[in-house]
Amino acid sequence: MTLVGPNGAGKTTLMRILAALSRPTAGRVVLGGCDLALDPTSVRRMIGLVSHRTLLYDDLSGEQNLLFYARMYDVTQPRARIEELLRQMGLWERRRDPVSTYSRGMQQRLAIARAVLHSPSVLLLDEPDAGLDRHATEMLGTLLRQTDLSRRTVLMTTHNLEHAAAWGERIGILVNGQIVFQATRPAIDLTALRAQYDRYASSA
Amino acid sequence: MHHLHKVLAIVAKDLAAELRTREMLSAMFVFALVVILIFNFAFELRAEDQQTLAPGVLWVAITFSGMLGLSRSFIREQDRGSLEGLLLTPVDRGVIFLGKMLGNALFITVVDLIVLPVFVVLFNLSGALIPQLALAIVLGTLGLSGVGTLFSAMAIHTRAREILLPVLLFPLIVPVIISAVKLSAGIIDNLPFAEIQQWFSLLLVFDIVFAVLSFIFFDYVVEE
Repeated sequence: MTLVGPNGAGKTTLMRILAALSRPTAGRVVLGGCDLALDPTSVRRMIGLVSHRTLLYDDLSGEQNLLFYARMYDVTQPRARIEELLRQMGLWERRRDPVSTYSRGMQQRLAIARAVLHSPSVLLLDEPDAGLDRHATEMLGTLLRQTDLSRRTVLMTTHNLEHAAAWGERIGILVNGQIVFQATRPAIDLTALRAQYDRYASSA
Repeated sequence: MHHLHKVLAIVAKDLAAELRTREMLSAMFVFALVVILIFNFAFELRAEDQQTLAPGVLWVAITFSGMLGLSRSFIREQDRGSLEGLLLTPVDRGVIFLGKMLGNALFITVVDLIVLPVFVVLFNLSGALIPQLALAIVLGTLGLSGVGTLFSAMAIHTRAREILLPVLLFPLIVPVIISAVKLSAGIIDNLPFAEIQQWFSLLLVFDIVFAVLSFIFFDYVVEE
């Protein structure tokens, strides 16, 4: 599912609550039968998050970053899993270089590898296309489709209506913390989404 | 063992990141050295008995240089977004606290142990005191790191974070500093252990109390 909405609609807040990074002021989050308030550790194990910030350690290499997170997530056979992901993301040759020397696109690919390292059942993508050039964005879309997404629930927020329409099976519009519109492909195309977005965003 | 493995992974991660740049270690080392040198020169001109002042100088250098390391500990994670990555993992917050605390204690101790021989030479102390002073440094550093790690995590959410940390931390660590200075003074004065045992025990108690309280409150500090 992709969510679009104007600035301040609550997209990042929603993602932070779902990722157990912020406490909701009201309501409950239940993932896979686990209540976030009661069992946050189990919920965290089910979640992978890709944000517009990479959440990586710049001073460590790509491989060191993934090894650290593999230990924190108790990934079995971490070396093999890391090699598989780094090759898939096209970063194997640069695995020993510090992340600070990677381009923005490479860092975002590594961030995706970090997010799916422990094979989470829910993948949260908070504006993963922010700050990427066209080529890097196309690569991101391809990678997201390749990374076994069919086996996961994926929720993505974006400002880009084209990406929302192209990458989401279900598309929602979030305004003032409420989903004011949602539709399933192919019932909605980019033109219809733009019309709905303009209608709701202008009234926000 | 399961939790210990993760605590060590956090320490190893901080160590690997620091060894690549050496930004924090070198800044702390230079700062501690400069403090000891300045005090040495200043007191050489006025004070008759430098050894009386030596324990105080040592702990001023340790506290101030340690503050540099503590203030960067979480700010570096926060600025680069990696703190969120760490908080996303299915790891108990206490494990994260212990990992960061031990990492901070390690950095401060390493810097202080490098500076210690210089301090001993400049203040005309016996080299035989180094192992005992090193033990006092390790104990004092643990107390400083315990509560310092908690307040470092607390300060990152504020605007004046680098100023706020010493303002919050210095009043709280006074018991640790007093015990550490008294213990170091006893070692420098070659007092028998029975006479300094109370300060040794007190420092140990403060280390444990501060570490346990910080461990408990860390969860509330890092959650939004």
